[in-house]
Amino acid sequence: MIGLPLVYLLAGLMFAAFAGLSAADRENGKRFGNAAFWGLFAVSFLAGDRLGDLGNGILALALALIAGTGQLGVGAPKTTSPETRETLAATYGAKLFAPALVIPVLVLAGSLTLKRLSLHGAPLVDPKQATLISLAFAALVAAILAQLMFRQPAAASVQEGRRLMDLVGWAALLPQMLAALGAVFAIAGVGKTIGEIAVQITPVDSRFAAVAAYCLGMAAFTVMMGNAFAAFPVMTGGIALPLVVGRFHGDPAVVCAIGMLSGFCGTLLTPLAANFNLVPAALLQLKDRYAVIRAQAPTAVLMLIVNVVLMNALAFHR
Amino acid sequence: MLTLLGVAVIVLGFALRFNPLLVVIAAALTSGVAAGLTPLEVLAAFGKAFNTNRYVSVAWLVLPAIGVLERAGLKEQARKTIQSLRAATPGRILLAYLALRQVAAALGLTQVAGQAQTVRPLLAPMAEAAAEPLDDETRQRVRAMSAATDNVGLFFGEDIFLAIGSILLIVGFLDQSGITVEPLALSVWALPTAIAAFLIHGGRLLLFDRGLTKAEVQE
Repeated sequence: MIGLPLVYLLAGLMFAAFAGLSAADRENGKRFGNAAFWGLFAVSFLAGDRLGDLGNGILALALALIAGTGQLGVGAPKTTSPETRETLAATYGAKLFAPALVIPVLVLAGSLTLKRLSLHGAPLVDPKQATLISLAFAALVAAILAQLMFRQPAAASVQEGRRLMDLVGWAALLPQMLAALGAVFAIAGVGKTIGEIAVQITPVDSRFAAVAAYCLGMAAFTVMMGNAFAAFPVMTGGIALPLVVGRFHGDPAVVCAIGMLSGFCGTLLTPLAANFNLVPAALLQLKDRYAVIRAQAPTAVLMLIVNVVLMNALAFHR
Repeated sequence: MLTLLGVAVIVLGFALRFNPLLVVIAAALTSGVAAGLTPLEVLAAFGKAFNTNRYVSVAWLVLPAIGVLERAGLKEQARKTIQSLRAATPGRILLAYLALRQVAAALGLTQVAGQAQTVRPLLAPMAEAAAEPLDDETRQRVRAMSAATDNVGLFFGEDIFLAIGSILLIVGFLDQSGITVEPLALSVWALPTAIAAFLIHGGRLLLFDRGLTKAEVQE
């Protein structure tokens, strides 16, 4: 069965190639830092299951130390000049969009069909991972297609991938690190403690105050944890079910749906939601790490107010 | 209560702009030790979760394809396409994208677009091209708004889809608490917020255009 191990193998090989090419890149003054960083990431993908928990922890610590002590540079693989790119764009025109569109089309087709394929009665693809496997497959196809259609050198996809990866740098690892932090916080009971505090300071005597406390609490907790999914059980169990639903008879479907969306307003505001907020800033080479959050903040705050008003208006049928 | 010190480490570390990877590990150690674990136990728990969450980083597999396309002139082609459209402004382009992203996410197609595969090679160059001529500071604002629009469209679209993770989480949580709700009942109540998000962020995008025009006139 095709499952995550194959996807991890592919990712591991890609990062191993980035590491090898980084080590050979004399233009980059910190080439061995980059090689060590992407190399350890490759080890995690290729052999993570055999390292043991402490081994993986030490690996994560080593990655953080390499990045935190400023050992990461930006590689400069040979690429095309802006002028060449203009010429190439004029030559190939709208065809250039084709491989870029292959990615969403294959992801869509794959996530709809892969689950149903079977070989001798056994599923061909792990149904739970259909989307991720489709994404990996689509990325591979698009890279090969682009290389063939536009006659790019054989090493181009790996070198160009490394160019972009170096631009992202340590931010590439942050979403996974934060997911691990979430697990440690859960073991330490951080969420539970915050929930207890939120319950203590929630006003219990007015319906509107309870609604506002739940929505604002969802957003604030999400800002602190980086993830609305971590906030939802704590705040809903602590405030929404006993107060908004239990005492003031709110419709649980409305309350929970809008409560979750209030959490999403928090996601738009927090650097802890790194893959949405910090990684794009790196990908787009923004000078201010928090520029995307600043651009989102007015929408997030207004939407939070809207959610409070909507819940108050829609959740109580009588 | 002491376990909350980990949250304080995160807030301070991010505010003072230390390297976030170090801040994350420091926060994990702080909260873990405060909860009575030894540092090695914390490191092992962290490593275990780091390993099981590798799928989060699989998305980077799209970079080689995007890189080759950039090498072959994809961004330049995206700019040309926009420059041939007279009516294109950054706000209008982002507004159209917001609508597409919300509708696609509402149909469950959350992975068809994203920051690496759509915003960097296509959306941001298009929005920039529509704003030209533009100074460096404005370019940064246009890029940040492009990334923000992708996030807003995704977040306030996906909850309309029945089988998305957040809907399933709500159904499961309520079920444990003895309350039965249908996924459809939840996704219906995501609609008012989705419409409001389109109006509010869309309105901001149109105002964004006005801000850009003013800046050009002042120069």
